[in-house]
Amino acid sequence: MARWMLGVILGWALLTAALANEAAPAAADPVLEARMLRLTAELRCLVCQNQTIADSHAGLAVDLRNQVREMLARGDSDAQIIDYMTARYGDFVLYRPPLKPETAFLWFGPGLLLVAGLVVLGVVLRRRSRLSADRFEPDEYDDDAVEPRRP
Amino acid sequence: MKSLKFLVPLVLFAVLVGFLARGLKLDPREVPSPLIGKPAPGFALAQLADPGVTTRRDDLLGKVWILNVWASWCAACRDEHPLLVEFAKRKLVPIYGLNYKDTRAEGLAWLRQLGNPYDASLFDADGRVGIDFGVYGVPETFVIDKQGTVRMKHIGPLTPEVLQGKLEPLLRQLNG
Repeated sequence: MARWMLGVILGWALLTAALANEAAPAAADPVLEARMLRLTAELRCLVCQNQTIADSHAGLAVDLRNQVREMLARGDSDAQIIDYMTARYGDFVLYRPPLKPETAFLWFGPGLLLVAGLVVLGVVLRRRSRLSADRFEPDEYDDDAVEPRRP
Repeated sequence: MKSLKFLVPLVLFAVLVGFLARGLKLDPREVPSPLIGKPAPGFALAQLADPGVTTRRDDLLGKVWILNVWASWCAACRDEHPLLVEFAKRKLVPIYGLNYKDTRAEGLAWLRQLGNPYDASLFDADGRVGIDFGVYGVPETFVIDKQGTVRMKHIGPLTPEVLQGKLEPLLRQLNG
């Protein structure tokens, strides 16, 4: 029994060691690799949408990282690579959407809402400050103050 | 005017509900393709069944055709497949398969086992053509017109509703 279990454990250890050896080889060119990672960190993986292409382990992300590596090695500029991605997957791949008529509301909407809120707040406060005191209900007394707490 | 002031929160609430209801119905997995209305990307791929035969994008100019991206490892393709086999029997338009990141042996075995709705399947082993078509979730289906322009893309398995409601009317329109 003990020998059989030892066999299983040894076999498992060997298997994991063998798998560990299959780790991806280090990139040939560390400068290019750093550029690739910086670029793909700005791009959304379409398979796992809340991950960047740099982070994701999805098959498509691996392919796209290779694609970017190749394009960089070929001497393509960052802009060319971004164009390549948006031509295929649309602006959705960009974590920083470009400023266009269609995205204007996305960029300025929150600011507009904030300004509108501040304007409404200002108007309401000004109007209230001009009201005479008798337009407000008098402060109510604390229950505790009127009725002393029972022991 | 002043009497209607109490309606302001109600209107704001209705607008908010409108936005949220729309948001609920949107599927974030369905990313609109920038390819719609643009020329289909060029490709030259060997056929799955016969490595000696190459099919190019321009070979298919002059007819309306369907490109269906599939793979033997793709579970949703299996769901979609019977519908596609039935659809192909009606011979409305040529259907080409894009066998995406698959192996020849497994791809061919899959077709033998489940039926082959395709006029031909193009073998895209490294997924390059898939990337050019912006494929990110297999199965995907494209409709390409006589001029080689992409007219429709459907992401995920085809359903009878999509076929009857969207794809067939478009084919009728494109084929006059």
